Amino acid sequence: MSELLVEMTGISKSFPGVHALEDARFELLPGEVHALVGENGAGKSTLMKILAGIYKRDAGSIRIKGREEEVPSPHAAQSLGISMIHQELNLMYHLTVAQNIFIGREPRRGLLLDEGALNAKARQLFDDLHLNLDPRTRVGSLAVAQQQMVEIAKALSYDSAVLIMDEPTAALTDTEIEELFRIIRQLRDQGKGIVHISHRLEELKQISDRITVMRDGRYVATVGTAEAEIQQIISMMVGRAVFEATPELPEKRDPNVVLEVKGLNRGRQVRDISFQLHRGEILGIAGLVGAGRTEVMRAIFAADRPESGGITINGKPVTIRSPSDAVRNRIAYLSEDRKRYGLALGMDVEVNIVLASLRRFANSFGWVRTSATRKQALEQVQALAIKTPGITQLAKNLSGGNQQKVVIAKWLTADTDILIFDEPTRGIDVGAKSEIYRLLNDLAKQGKSIIMISSELPEILRMSHRILVMCEGRITGELSAAEATQERIMTLATQRQSVAAASPETSTAMSVGVH
Amino acid sequence: MQTATASTSRIRTLASGEYVQRLLALGALIILLVFFSIIAPHFASLENYRNILTATASNGLLATGVTFVIITGGIDLSIGTGTAFASVALGIVAVNLGLPLWLGLIAGLVAGGVVGLINGALIAKLKLPPFIATLGMMYVTIGMAQVLSDVHPIYFTDPQPAFNGFFMGNPVAGIPNTVWVMFGGAFVAWILLNKTVFGRYTFALGSNEEAARLSGVNVDRWKALVYVVCGVFVGLAGIVLSARSSSAQPSQGQGYELDAIAAAVIGGTSLAGGEGSIVGTMIGAFLISTLRTGLSVDNVPQQWQYVITGLVVIGAVWLDIQRRRSRA
Repeated sequence: MSELLVEMTGISKSFPGVHALEDARFELLPGEVHALVGENGAGKSTLMKILAGIYKRDAGSIRIKGREEEVPSPHAAQSLGISMIHQELNLMYHLTVAQNIFIGREPRRGLLLDEGALNAKARQLFDDLHLNLDPRTRVGSLAVAQQQMVEIAKALSYDSAVLIMDEPTAALTDTEIEELFRIIRQLRDQGKGIVHISHRLEELKQISDRITVMRDGRYVATVGTAEAEIQQIISMMVGRAVFEATPELPEKRDPNVVLEVKGLNRGRQVRDISFQLHRGEILGIAGLVGAGRTEVMRAIFAADRPESGGITINGKPVTIRSPSDAVRNRIAYLSEDRKRYGLALGMDVEVNIVLASLRRFANSFGWVRTSATRKQALEQVQALAIKTPGITQLAKNLSGGNQQKVVIAKWLTADTDILIFDEPTRGIDVGAKSEIYRLLNDLAKQGKSIIMISSELPEILRMSHRILVMCEGRITGELSAAEATQERIMTLATQRQSVAAASPETSTAMSVGVH
Repeated sequence: MQTATASTSRIRTLASGEYVQRLLALGALIILLVFFSIIAPHFASLENYRNILTATASNGLLATGVTFVIITGGIDLSIGTGTAFASVALGIVAVNLGLPLWLGLIAGLVAGGVVGLINGALIAKLKLPPFIATLGMMYVTIGMAQVLSDVHPIYFTDPQPAFNGFFMGNPVAGIPNTVWVMFGGAFVAWILLNKTVFGRYTFALGSNEEAARLSGVNVDRWKALVYVVCGVFVGLAGIVLSARSSSAQPSQGQGYELDAIAAAVIGGTSLAGGEGSIVGTMIGAFLISTLRTGLSVDNVPQQWQYVITGLVVIGAVWLDIQRRRSRA
C-alpha cells in the first residue's frame, strides 16, 4: 500500500447556527481519482475548503504525506502542493490566459515584464497537458470549459500533488467533459491525487477509482467504484432517518388549473419546461443545485425574460414581460435571499407589509392613509402569528422565520394567488420551520396555489402534493405525493440526458431505480 | 488550424475590447477637428492647434493618473484640488523659502504623492469606499493649500524666473515645454501600465480582486501604490498649472477631477474596472480641449459649452455600455 497523500480525521466545523461538519474524514492516495459525493449541504465543499486552507477547522487533524499540518491559508495549502479549483472560477477576465496563470509570479527582465517568457511558460504547460490553447487569448473570450482548463493549468503550475475539483463538470458539454476526463486521467497516471466533488453519479463510473459518501456533515462510507452500485450510493447519500410527517393532502385535486406553462426556454438552465399548477395545490420542485429550478421560476416571473414559451393563467394566455406584469397577474415570487430581494430591512414591519400594494392604501393625491396601512399590518401580524414587539419594529430585528412571514404577509396583502417560494425555510431554525409549513398548508387550503423550490428532500416530501424533479434545466420526472421517495427523487435528479445517451450501461443502471 | 483560431480570437479581442472605444474616440476627435476647421475660419491655424495642446497639458496629466485608479475599479476625486496643494508646496519651497527650483519641483511631486498615499491607506487599509475617501481628501487638500499659503497666491517673480522660462518656453516646433512634460508623463505611464508588474496588478485588481488575492498578490499594497502613482501625476499637473499662471494658486483645481475622469471614460476606461489605456485617455483629453477650444473660437457662449461637453460625456459612456452589452 502506497503512502497516503492526504489523511483527514475527526474534522469538525461550525458556522453560526449550523454544524457543517462533524467528525468527518477523508483520505487520498497518490495516483487515484477519489470522488466525494453527497446531497446539497452534506459538507463536501466545506471539507475540501478546509483542506485547501480557505476555512479553518474547529477540530480534527490533517496529515499530508504522513506529516501533521495546519494549513492556515490558501497560500500554505499551495506550498504543501494542494490546489483547489472552485465551482465559481477565480479568473481575471480582462487578462490573458498566460497572465492569469502566472499572476503574482510574473517572469521579469529587470524592471519590466517578460511577456515572451510568460507566454512560453504557459505554452509549455499546455503542451504537457496536450491542450490547444493560445496563451495570449483573453480569458473573458474563452468558453467556460476552456476557462476551467486555465484553472487546471494554473493549479498545476504550482506543482500540485493534490488537485481538488469542485463540480468541474457542472457547466460543460459532453465533449468538454471527455476532454476534462482525459486530462484528469493523465494527471492520475502521473501519480497526482485528484478529488472530484460531484453530484453526477453516472460520471463516477467513468472517472473515479474510489467514492466517499458524505451525509449531513458526516462521513458515511468509502467504496471502490468497481464494486459500487449507483443505487447503493444513492441510498447511502439519502439514508438519514426521514422525519416522518405525512402531508395533509386533499384527496381529490381541484380540477381548476390556475397556471399553465408551455415550452418555456431560456439558455441552458431552462429547457422546454411545461407543467400545470392546480388551485390549492403545493407543487414541489426538487433537484440538485444548478438544476435550473430558480431559473425556471425567474423566467415565469419575467425577472429574466424567457426566450420562448407560453403562460396561461386561469385558462387565459397572458404576456408577462416584467415582474410588475407578473404581480399584476397575481403571481408572487419569494426569493431564497429574503434579505436582499424580499425585505426593506431598514424599514419597519408595517411598511414592509404594505410595500407591494401602496397604491391601494393611498388616496388620489398619493397620500398614504396610515390608519389603513396600520390596520392591514396589525391584521396580518395576527393572522400569520408574526412574533414582533410591534408593527414599528424594523424588519432586520426579526428572526429569519418571522422575516419570511413578513414577506408572505406582503404578498398576501398584494392579493396574489400564485405564490412561488424559493427555498422558503433556508436559514430558518427548526421550530420556525414547522410554522412556515403550517402556514403554507393553510394558504393552500384557502385556495392559494403554491410552487415550492426546496433542496431539502424531507421538506419536499412532507409538503408537496405533487413533485416535479429537474436536472440540467429539464423536468426529468413528475411524482405524486404517494409515489415519491428520496431515492426516486435522487434518481431523477441525477438523470443527465447527455450522459445517459452517451453511455448505455449507466443509463440502464439509472432506469433500474425508477421502476 | 491552430493559427487560424489564434488569429480569430485576436481579431475578436481587437473588435470587442477597448480598442473599439479608442477608435471611436479617435474618430470623434478627427471629426471634431475637421468640423471646426470647416465652420470656424480661425480654427484651422497653427496658433490654435498649439492652444489646444497647451490647454490639454494639465488635464492630460490628471487623466493619465486617474486612469490607473479607474482601472482598479476605484475613483479619485481629490486630484483636482490636489493640484492646488502641490502648487502651494512648490511655491513655498521655491519662492517663500527661496530654495533651488529643483527642490521645489520635488516638493510638488512629493505633495501629490503624499495625498495619494493617504488616499491609498484610507482605501486599502481602512477599507473606506474610494468615492468617500477621496471626496474627503478633496476638501482636505484645498483646505491645506489655503492654510499653508494663507489664502494668498504665491507668485514666481524674482527669485525663480527660470521656472516660467523653462516651462513656458517653446524650443521645439513652438510647442510649450508643458506639453512635452505631458507627453513624457504619458509615455512613462504607458510603460508602467503595459510593461511592468505594477500595471499587470492594476488590471488584475479591477478585473477580479479576490482572484488576485487568492493567487498570493498583496492586493492592499498594490492598491495603495496605484493611488500614490496617481498622486505623483497630480503633483506634475500642479507644477504645469503653476507654470502656466506663473504662480501657485491655492484655490485652483476645483472641478478639474471631473474633466480628467471624463477624459479617461471617453477614452474607453471602464468605471467598472479592468479596462483602460493611456492612449485612449490622451485621446479623450484632446477631445475635451478640442471641443472647448472649438466652441470658444466659434463664439458659442460658455454656458452652452458646458451643456455640449456634458452631452459628449453622457454619449461616450452610453456607447461604452452599449458595446459592453453587445459583448455579453
